[in-house]
Amino acid sequence: MRKVILAAAAMGLLSSTAWAGDVRIMWYSDGVEGQVFHDLIDRFMKANPDIHVTIDDVAYGTVKDQLPVQLAGGNGPDIARVTALKALSQYWLDMTPYLKDADFWVKNYGDQADWMRPDGSKAITGFMTQITLTGGFANKTLFDQAGVPLPDAKATWNDWVAAAKKVADNQKVPYAIALDRSGHRLTGPALSYGGSYMDAAGKPMPIDAGTKAFITDFVKWNNDGAASKDVYVSAAGTTYRAASEDFINGQLVYYYSGSWQIPNFASKIGNAFDWVATGSPCGPATCTGMPGGAGLVAVKATKNPEDVAKVMDYLASTPIAKEFAERTLFLPASKEVIAGGLDFKSDDPQVKAALQAFVAASTTTSPEALKLPGWKWSDTYYGALVTRVSQAVAGEISLDDAFKRIDSDVAAKVAEAK
Amino acid sequence: MSNRHEGKEALPASRLSGLMMVPVKAVMQVVDVPLRAWQRLTGLTGMASFFLLPNMAVFGIFVLVPFVINFVYSMTGGSEIFLAQRFYVGAAQYRDIFDCRSYLDPSSCVEDGFWVSARNTALFVVVQVTLMILVALITALVLNREIIGRSFWRAVFFFPVLLSPVVVGLIWRWILQRQGLLNLVLYDLFGFEPYSWLTDRNAAFAAAVGVTIWARVGFFALILLAGLQAIPKDLYEAAEMDGTRRTRVFFRITLPLLMPNLIVVLVLGLIRSVQVFDEAYVLTGGGPGTSTMYLTQYIYEKGFASDLRDPGLAAAASILMGAVLVVLTLVQMAASRRNEKQGER
Repeated sequence: MRKVILAAAAMGLLSSTAWAGDVRIMWYSDGVEGQVFHDLIDRFMKANPDIHVTIDDVAYGTVKDQLPVQLAGGNGPDIARVTALKALSQYWLDMTPYLKDADFWVKNYGDQADWMRPDGSKAITGFMTQITLTGGFANKTLFDQAGVPLPDAKATWNDWVAAAKKVADNQKVPYAIALDRSGHRLTGPALSYGGSYMDAAGKPMPIDAGTKAFITDFVKWNNDGAASKDVYVSAAGTTYRAASEDFINGQLVYYYSGSWQIPNFASKIGNAFDWVATGSPCGPATCTGMPGGAGLVAVKATKNPEDVAKVMDYLASTPIAKEFAERTLFLPASKEVIAGGLDFKSDDPQVKAALQAFVAASTTTSPEALKLPGWKWSDTYYGALVTRVSQAVAGEISLDDAFKRIDSDVAAKVAEAK
Repeated sequence: MSNRHEGKEALPASRLSGLMMVPVKAVMQVVDVPLRAWQRLTGLTGMASFFLLPNMAVFGIFVLVPFVINFVYSMTGGSEIFLAQRFYVGAAQYRDIFDCRSYLDPSSCVEDGFWVSARNTALFVVVQVTLMILVALITALVLNREIIGRSFWRAVFFFPVLLSPVVVGLIWRWILQRQGLLNLVLYDLFGFEPYSWLTDRNAAFAAAVGVTIWARVGFFALILLAGLQAIPKDLYEAAEMDGTRRTRVFFRITLPLLMPNLIVVLVLGLIRSVQVFDEAYVLTGGGPGTSTMYLTQYIYEKGFASDLRDPGLAAAASILMGAVLVVLTLVQMAASRRNEKQGER
């Protein structure tokens, strides 16, 4: 009996213990990046036979909902691809002592380092696999057929809404404009209207006049039928909804989403119609999009930090980061890669033009927009925004009530954290 | 001749079963000694408890302990998941939920989401259960008649019960979405412009009610069908000989004798309706706005899915919902006991 118990205990230990040389990566994909990543890791394992890398391909929802629970329990993968980088930053490993050249990381990925480490920390926890920027896409074929000129780079939100409405009416298309159902997506335009979420001390402040002005316009566009009401009222709470399928199906004139849609459009729209990336429309204050992206981070609970650092050194290296960006059509974070120039692997001239448009739009990103990805209250603000704005769009609550509720939702979370 | 034949077959069968009993008897003999000793020690009641122990252990580990942990969660605050990292807040979560100027106006409550979803759930339960009992009763009455292809129709009505609720939700979303099958058919047949069924408050509510009825009615119709088939035929024959009208037969014979089954259907339907989640969540996501967000979705969103995650509040809401379900279960048990007593009489 004792032998049986000992054997069972040994089996239990084996099942929960990582062998030296084992590295497990939790990875999600929006498009083709999973295939590219597998290819890169296969090459790494051939060159480093003493390290075995296992990639767990999971849905984005798994990373969002299950990874935090695993990390809180001291478990989880050794490396993970994550968007909630700041909110979970207490679980990331400081790789500095294990990296081949920490200065290389600071030089190339230092601009986004604060997005993935606790406030005040100097830790190197990972790097951005892609930099994204929110921005608009227009169905150029519909504009051409309607004889409506595309608004220029300095056009305002109102200019775009008016032009898209004209096109939609003329071409009998159901939706003129649509924004993804996401607080992050509402934030770029809110900042362009002069909005701000943080006070001088970096704490959340009550919703201000600029943000209120944009939300008021946005709700009006939904009620007028200019914006696709379906996206915002199609769910409750903070559930994410994209309007990309409507754009791909030619049912939407102007779509405000982000640079990550480019590979998706390239493969799904093909030659069906012409489309262009427009950058972010202007508000009274500025013309900013919201930066963001997904980062690859090392997890503190790993049993093999040296091997993890080796894998990360490889993936962050200039030739690999360059190849990853060129094959996935993602905007890279590495300064060396950007300085060396990129040859994106696509024959589609629309793709190259769109990527170029986002690179150009990144020059007008406002200082607050650059701060928000590293701000610990961003997700709280985004959650309150999307929940309450959706209720206002659905006509369940007035705009005034929506503003009050956004303030009280954020204040409750801040009070709880004290 | 037939007896001789049966005898020939019976002999090997009994040998076989005799052989099979050998290991069983061996085990019985081994366990008999300690069990007898245990019985002498604990008495008959102790033995009953001993045999109930495995079941109680499973119940304790998978039901009782999580329930207690859930209750403890409801007394804590913060967005951390593990209890050790959370802080004690006493009854604050319950106070927040009940902090309302008027319970009839969710916007006057601190936790407006709870009261919106509670109101939606109450409306859903009343409409869905009423309609479902009606549809199940009509279905059972029709399927109890001598109709052509009766077995086929019984299978047709029961088939959706076998589907996963998520699959049910996905199928109907595919049918009802703006570019879905329904709009396509309506456009082809009548030239109707596409309509967003799932983003119109009333249509989305009707869809949630209709889809859950479609998915569950077969199960409840089956219970009622069993009840209908248990009603003695001679009662109907006597009524026919007396020339009693059909409606009178239904209200004086069928309905009273079907009442025990109807009560079971009512209580089970109420319990399942209060727990509505999967089909509605996949179908409407709780929208438009929050018009089809029910209590279970509110608890799920607060506990796991939202950027404004609050596990303590979710636990408190689930305790309150559990209390409602306990009341409904007690009603079902009382109704079952009443039926048993009536049956004995």
